[in-house]
Amino acid sequence: MIEARSLTKHYGSKVAVDQLSFDVRPGVVTGFLGPNGSGKSTTMRMIVGLDAPNSGDVTVNGRHYHDLPWPLHEVGALLEAKAIHPGRNARAHLRMLAETNHIPLSRVEEVLDIVGLSAVAGQRVGKFSLGMGQRLGIAAALLGDPEVLLFDEPVNGLDPDGIRWVRNLLKGLAREGRTVFVSSHLMSEMAVTADEVVIIGRGRLIAEVPTDELIAQSSQRFVRVRSPGIDKLRAALDRDGATTVLEDDGSLTVRGLDEASIGELAASIPVALHELSPQSASLEEAFMELTESSIEYRGSSAAGTTGQVGA
Amino acid sequence: MSATTVTDPVGPQKVLPPGTYGMSGLLRSEWTKLRTVRSTMWTLGVTLVLGIGLSALATAETRAHWSSMGPGDRLSFDATQTSLIGVFFGQFTIGILGVLVMSAEYGTGTIRATLSAAPRRPLVLAAKASVFGAVALVVSELVAFVAYFLGQALLSAPATHTTIGSPGALRAVAGSGLYLCVLGLLALGLAAIIRHTAGAISAFIGILLVLPLVVAALPNSFGNEIERFLPAHIGQAIVSLQTGPRSFAPWPGFFLLCGYAALSLLLGGYLLVRRDA
Repeated sequence: MIEARSLTKHYGSKVAVDQLSFDVRPGVVTGFLGPNGSGKSTTMRMIVGLDAPNSGDVTVNGRHYHDLPWPLHEVGALLEAKAIHPGRNARAHLRMLAETNHIPLSRVEEVLDIVGLSAVAGQRVGKFSLGMGQRLGIAAALLGDPEVLLFDEPVNGLDPDGIRWVRNLLKGLAREGRTVFVSSHLMSEMAVTADEVVIIGRGRLIAEVPTDELIAQSSQRFVRVRSPGIDKLRAALDRDGATTVLEDDGSLTVRGLDEASIGELAASIPVALHELSPQSASLEEAFMELTESSIEYRGSSAAGTTGQVGA
Repeated sequence: MSATTVTDPVGPQKVLPPGTYGMSGLLRSEWTKLRTVRSTMWTLGVTLVLGIGLSALATAETRAHWSSMGPGDRLSFDATQTSLIGVFFGQFTIGILGVLVMSAEYGTGTIRATLSAAPRRPLVLAAKASVFGAVALVVSELVAFVAYFLGQALLSAPATHTTIGSPGALRAVAGSGLYLCVLGLLALGLAAIIRHTAGAISAFIGILLVLPLVVAALPNSFGNEIERFLPAHIGQAIVSLQTGPRSFAPWPGFFLLCGYAALSLLLGGYLLVRRDA
């Protein structure tokens, strides 16, 4: 269980994380989504006590990270790929971590085996590919067999096989009842991996929802309309209760009415139609929309921007 | 958190070891870190080879030219100091290793893994300094004693030489090893403060080489008063059998140097706790 309460972090005058509150509960994979630079890594660093928040609080299993008696037995974290001395070999890197928390050295061999690095364990890490570095970072996170696991962008640099492997690993860990918190800037990846998502933009909470709910919202259909009499048509649509947005390319995005009703309405005015096409937004678009609104409405409250999700 | 939450699944119910992580694990970890990178072997290897080799060269050279030396030179010849000349090159290699032990953690990002495994930061620095200090001490004393005995053996008659029982000889030999070790700890503290390899090495070299030049450029009365406080000057006093009129005596000088090292480690530790990793 991870509980963040009004977590805030400034770097100089720049606000990296702003009044962020969320819960990550055990037994499910929780995705941590946001564009690059939205404060995901900073939040993760604050969870494991590397960065101190300016205000607010975050606890792991009810305690501050600093007060954990055996940190690696309780929390495993992959924060940055290849944040490892390039001159040291993989086994030695894991060994020096294991020793700090009295983890038996046999466990080092176990995790090397789990991540598939046994064969190269004696090689210097400097020779590793980004993907191998990721695997070593994951091995380090698993070292203490912890109940709480954090992964910051774990699939970066992995090939499709590796991505599938990470996905199954995360799901497996959650099935065992562990708390799994995984960040990504890719909505599509989280859609297939995460059971719940915490979405942030500019350091603020945008949404904290089950993934399937988010998918349901974002798969809402809309109709794209082009017409020489677009203004007249738009006014009529608005009167009939549709939600309309005039796009930059001159097309009109209409929600709340299906293409048949729009076509009939156009005929009754009458205006000609050049396009009348039903569309469905991809999850990625929904995510972009969400996080863009965090930029657009950054003065408003988190609750207010969350309201945009259902609109 | 959401309406769909029913009850939390049961976690793995992990049983933790008794007590907490602490010094014993950190010492083992730091020892593993130190011996699993090449830079350790390089710096220590160079310390041994240069420390002993240069001492052997200097003493053999003196012996070869003994017959052509004037009587005054022969009288003022310090056999002990000459045989320990290689120790002064060890200042740089031990200092660089002291810097690397700390700065490499920042340069490579390992510091984040280290501090996640052991969030009590002063404990981490203490473990690091202890392991490095112990290794530096063993290697430095080894260099000092081997250089001394080899040097004295090379200073065969008619050249004068000393024995380890001669007044002040043991102090000079053992003291030069201690001096190197404490200097290395000072460098480690500097690296904890500066957090960059190049910056910390520059600061260390600056203290050893540049500061004496700056002091020498000061007006005499003032410069002479300050000079004895410099680490390099303290080292000179420890190694030589004759203490200059304005130098600290060897042991008081050594304790002052220990004070410098403690200060840099304490400041480094304070900043380690205060700053984000």
